[in-house]
Amino acid sequence: MRSYVPNTVEERREMLKTLGLSETDELFADIPADLKLNREPDLPAPMSEMELRQLITGYVLQNDEACLLFRGAGAYHHYIPALIPQLISRSEFYTAYTPYQAEMSQGMLQGIFEWQTVICNLTGMDAANASVYDGATAAAESLLMLRDSKRKNKILYSAGLHPDVIGTVKTYGHCHGLELVEIGLNENGITDIDCLKANLEGSAGFIAAQPNYFGCIENMDEISSLVHGAKALLVSYVNPISLGIIKRPADYGADIAIGDAQPLGIPMCFGGPYAGFMAAGGKLIRNLPGRIVGETVDADGNRVFVLTLQAREQHIRREKASSNICSNQMLCAIMATMYACTMGPCGMKEVAEANIAKAHYLARKLTELPGFKLRFNTPFFNEFVIDSEIPAGEISTALKDAGIVSGLVLADGGMLWCATEMTTKEDIDYLIEMLNIMFFEQDGDNETDGGTEA
Amino acid sequence: MRQSYKLIFERSREGRRAYDLPALDVPAANCAIPENMRAESKLDLPELGEVDLVRHYTNLSRRNFGVDNGFYPLGSCTMKYNPKINEEVAQLFNDVHPLLDADMCQGSLRLMYDMEKCLCEICGMDAFTLQPAAGAHGELTGLMHIRAYHEHRGDTARTTIIVPDAAHGTNPASAVMCGFKVKEIKSAPDGGVDLDALRAAVGPDTAGLMLTNPSTLGLFERNIKEIADIVHEAGGLLYYDGANLNAIMGIVRPGDMGFDVMHVNLHKTFSTPHGGGGPGSGPVGVKKHLMPFMPVPVLVERNGMIELDYDRPESFGRVKSFYGNFGVIVKAYAYIRSLGGKGLREASENAVLNANYIMNALRGTYEIPHDRICMHECVIAPGELLDLGVHTTDIAKALIDRGYHPPTIYFPLIVHEAMMIEPTETESRETLDEFIEAMKDIAREAKENPAAVHACPVTTPVGRPDEVTAARKPVVRYTK
Repeated sequence: MRSYVPNTVEERREMLKTLGLSETDELFADIPADLKLNREPDLPAPMSEMELRQLITGYVLQNDEACLLFRGAGAYHHYIPALIPQLISRSEFYTAYTPYQAEMSQGMLQGIFEWQTVICNLTGMDAANASVYDGATAAAESLLMLRDSKRKNKILYSAGLHPDVIGTVKTYGHCHGLELVEIGLNENGITDIDCLKANLEGSAGFIAAQPNYFGCIENMDEISSLVHGAKALLVSYVNPISLGIIKRPADYGADIAIGDAQPLGIPMCFGGPYAGFMAAGGKLIRNLPGRIVGETVDADGNRVFVLTLQAREQHIRREKASSNICSNQMLCAIMATMYACTMGPCGMKEVAEANIAKAHYLARKLTELPGFKLRFNTPFFNEFVIDSEIPAGEISTALKDAGIVSGLVLADGGMLWCATEMTTKEDIDYLIEMLNIMFFEQDGDNETDGGTEA
Repeated sequence: MRQSYKLIFERSREGRRAYDLPALDVPAANCAIPENMRAESKLDLPELGEVDLVRHYTNLSRRNFGVDNGFYPLGSCTMKYNPKINEEVAQLFNDVHPLLDADMCQGSLRLMYDMEKCLCEICGMDAFTLQPAAGAHGELTGLMHIRAYHEHRGDTARTTIIVPDAAHGTNPASAVMCGFKVKEIKSAPDGGVDLDALRAAVGPDTAGLMLTNPSTLGLFERNIKEIADIVHEAGGLLYYDGANLNAIMGIVRPGDMGFDVMHVNLHKTFSTPHGGGGPGSGPVGVKKHLMPFMPVPVLVERNGMIELDYDRPESFGRVKSFYGNFGVIVKAYAYIRSLGGKGLREASENAVLNANYIMNALRGTYEIPHDRICMHECVIAPGELLDLGVHTTDIAKALIDRGYHPPTIYFPLIVHEAMMIEPTETESRETLDEFIEAMKDIAREAKENPAAVHACPVTTPVGRPDEVTAARKPVVRYTK
């Protein structure tokens, strides 16, 4: 049995003796006897490291992951350069806690300062925080930034946000008694401008997604000028990997930029841990929740990094804090920073371009199938919705047998397909071949060998 | 020795690269993005060769201090050893997409389901959700249960959460984040909840009480049954802040003490690494009467399959994307399965033994404001050293020079110049003895040569930071 207690039983007895005690139970004399458990917790028997490895491997084998993945919807399969898992495994980073003692935590503090800079530069904003739990909680936290800076209770959000983001925003919004208004999408899969116009009055701001959940690229210039014309604020929820090619939030005047850093070198890992980012311009910096690292000097004038603006935070302000967040996702933020710095400006652009290219090849091939249609005639990044005459559930189930994870089946019957730089032409051609065999009784070779591209 | 370290942006040289991608095997499609939606300029990110990038981060790590570097008795944070096997097995799930059909991810779902069952048994609760990403997120989620419970009963006057003044700062902040008002009550002289103050505080507006037990003083709340009765009789619910659960595993359970809802910190009690400030994980446990309100999705077993149930009409909704910090959950589950019930109890016993061993050895050198058997952590103060102008900060910085991470300082707020020491069970007797010796050495030096203590730390790459300037003129990003 391993409890990772190094002291031997004999040593423990000697230590007890220094306290004038003879039994371990005496340490717990303050606990009322009738509350005590007085039995061992009924858990599976302890096990050795070797058995544990076998146990967890057993769970892993119950997953079916040896598949071609055409699914994104908030978690994306991107290439993670080898140096990231290697460097993030430095235990000086991962076994540390919040860098309250700046002198012995300069590594993490500087790493987060660099993350804040990366997020500012990706989004074009002035300041970023040290991360929040994920993109969904970033959106939820932005509600309070909007409310507090505009002193208004009404907040608009786009129906094009990820459903989990909307769910989280609603949960938080309910607690604060906010009036949340969903702004629907039009027939092109982007924000219904008339609906936005009709609801902007009296609102603190609008939370939009770029690209949105359905992959569509929104006309943020138009949205931004409408929102600002109504003296409201614009929150832009962005996929950071798209910023290699799509306009930065600051370029269209967004006041707050948020999102999930998962696409930047963080494994999918069944939904977490990821890292939410939040960046803002101008005065809004003092409304940002959570930790922020700042630069200062020591007595000798050396540059030093510290946690700063802590007067916003719970451990100082308690019930008057801007948020309750304490632990965040520092290590994931460092991974994302490593990714952005490994790729650099050219790599970020190339990855974004590869995503567009693969997704558009996939879309073209799918829409060559009989009855497969793109739902929206709108520019998209690496995801898009396909409607077909064959029920989506049937397609998904059939492809499973061929080792293919299809696009996500949407509640309205469509499928949300995704391709990234990880998706090869060969993967796509295989998918099309399988669909042809399964649903159109063709071997599909002639249609899908790619020989007809101009 | 002292020097600042170049930022990664300051190492950039145009044209260098640390990446390569395969050549495109499909036609480029950039033109699919309309000109007016394209980025206007090249992203401002550093350009480095791979070796420079690797050295940058390797050297950054050398300017940091974790549990693997040395003793880290940061009170309330349970900085125990993070077993390496747990790190390894968690990686095995890296490539699992969260939105696979349930039949394709039974392993991940089953592991979460089994984890929930383990936490129920350890804590004496009826159900757990693993969705919250950290302790404070767990507090918020737990309080949402309390809110939903009262709302569901039409008891809308219950808008106040009572919080003792010894509580973690997250408690009142989470209550406000959940839309509650906060009523703070003073602690009794022994550091526990003042029963009279509590009786005076409860009323028809009481939604609940948040309590840490053992308290932030490291003392077990002996009146817990009376406290539970007072709150319940007033119509409120009892919230357990699980930050200090490492003291009591296998000994007493929050569910048996009368708590209705609680969170645990997997990154504290269940050995997952703190990651330099996260990711953590803050699962929330509830009693039966709160189960209908749990966040969606809820894991259910149907015909031998684990499924995600979204059809929960009384649920207050979700609190984050997907299902929680899954990678952290795997590590904590591996820990629980390694130790079993007996091992968990042994961990708590030794955590308490180690804390008492330190407190006992420092008696006489430092002040112990509440001197009785403590639980997993002890709170001490500088005592007469304050008369010499040596403060808790100075002692903390002197510890850094002696190779230790300092305890939590200036918390709890109800102890003047507090130092909260939590050694955890994974430290050997020699480590404790050496730390005790270092603490005594600092006290000695403070008397003989206080200037030397004020000058600490001298062994670190930088000296004490000017925090006032940092806050007054915030520089929070690099600019060329």
